[in-house]
Amino acid sequence: MTASVTELTVTAEDRRVAWLATAAVTLSLVDAAIPSPLPGVKPGLANIVTLVVLIRYGWATAVWVSGLRVLAGSLLLGYFLAPGFFLALTGTTLSLLTLGLARQLPGRWFGPVSLSILAAFAHIGGQLLLARLWLIPHNGVFLLTPVFAAAALVFGTINGLIAAKLLADTPAAEPAR
Amino acid sequence: MRWLAYVRPGDWLVMAGGAALVGLTLPMLWQGGFAERAIIRQDGHVFAEFELGSRRDVAVPGPLGITLVAIESGRARVVADPGPRQYCVRQGWLARPGEIAICAPNRVSVQITGRTRTYDSLSY
Repeated sequence: MTASVTELTVTAEDRRVAWLATAAVTLSLVDAAIPSPLPGVKPGLANIVTLVVLIRYGWATAVWVSGLRVLAGSLLLGYFLAPGFFLALTGTTLSLLTLGLARQLPGRWFGPVSLSILAAFAHIGGQLLLARLWLIPHNGVFLLTPVFAAAALVFGTINGLIAAKLLADTPAAEPAR
Repeated sequence: MRWLAYVRPGDWLVMAGGAALVGLTLPMLWQGGFAERAIIRQDGHVFAEFELGSRRDVAVPGPLGITLVAIESGRARVVADPGPRQYCVRQGWLARPGEIAICAPNRVSVQITGRTRTYDSLSY
């Protein structure tokens, strides 16, 4: 076999991102399998991974993991470049930006639960805005805002609690697989 | 409660803020007002207008035959229609202001209105 001309060196960080993104994608699939009464209302379990990554490895890694999750998740579920993909992308982008800002809050007072709730609201807010601007250019889109907001609050809190538990249960110096 | 240990003081604040936000958006559910009246049109003219109060059935004659409309408290629907595709029947109950069921072949439409006219029509 001829030696490859280009050598891709895989760093420990790359492997970590790949593993974490895999976990996030798996949770996305679980998410998609859970029946939902309304499109747009779902637990967003993959955000647990995003939160843990954000708090343990920093914002840049969280962006990588989330980005890969949206891409791979949409490919696996078959909505890559469909409207749902752009909705997911917008929601994720906005919640990552929010997380980047919210991370600056004093950690003694604001834990993963706060981050999770804020990110959930940013997520649904971004999706509603994109839907209004692009998919359904009509204010009727906002009719169900209270339902979405309530779902964001409930699932945001639950995901935040799970993330907090995961962070507390695993020691900080987790080996990067 | 084991889980409460993971909630920090500020988290309660964020939760309260989130709940307040949900509360603030609640009126959006009723932004079209409540369904109050049903307007039945035949061939473009108002055939009848009813308060969505008590139950009643209305037979509307059209070029193909009789379209049956049922009125109930807060909602109305087309029960039967001589049209071939039955779109207006399959639409089911109409309960929001602005919703409309159109039985085009028989030239009959049933529209719900509220206090305020927010939309010309809503269909799904």
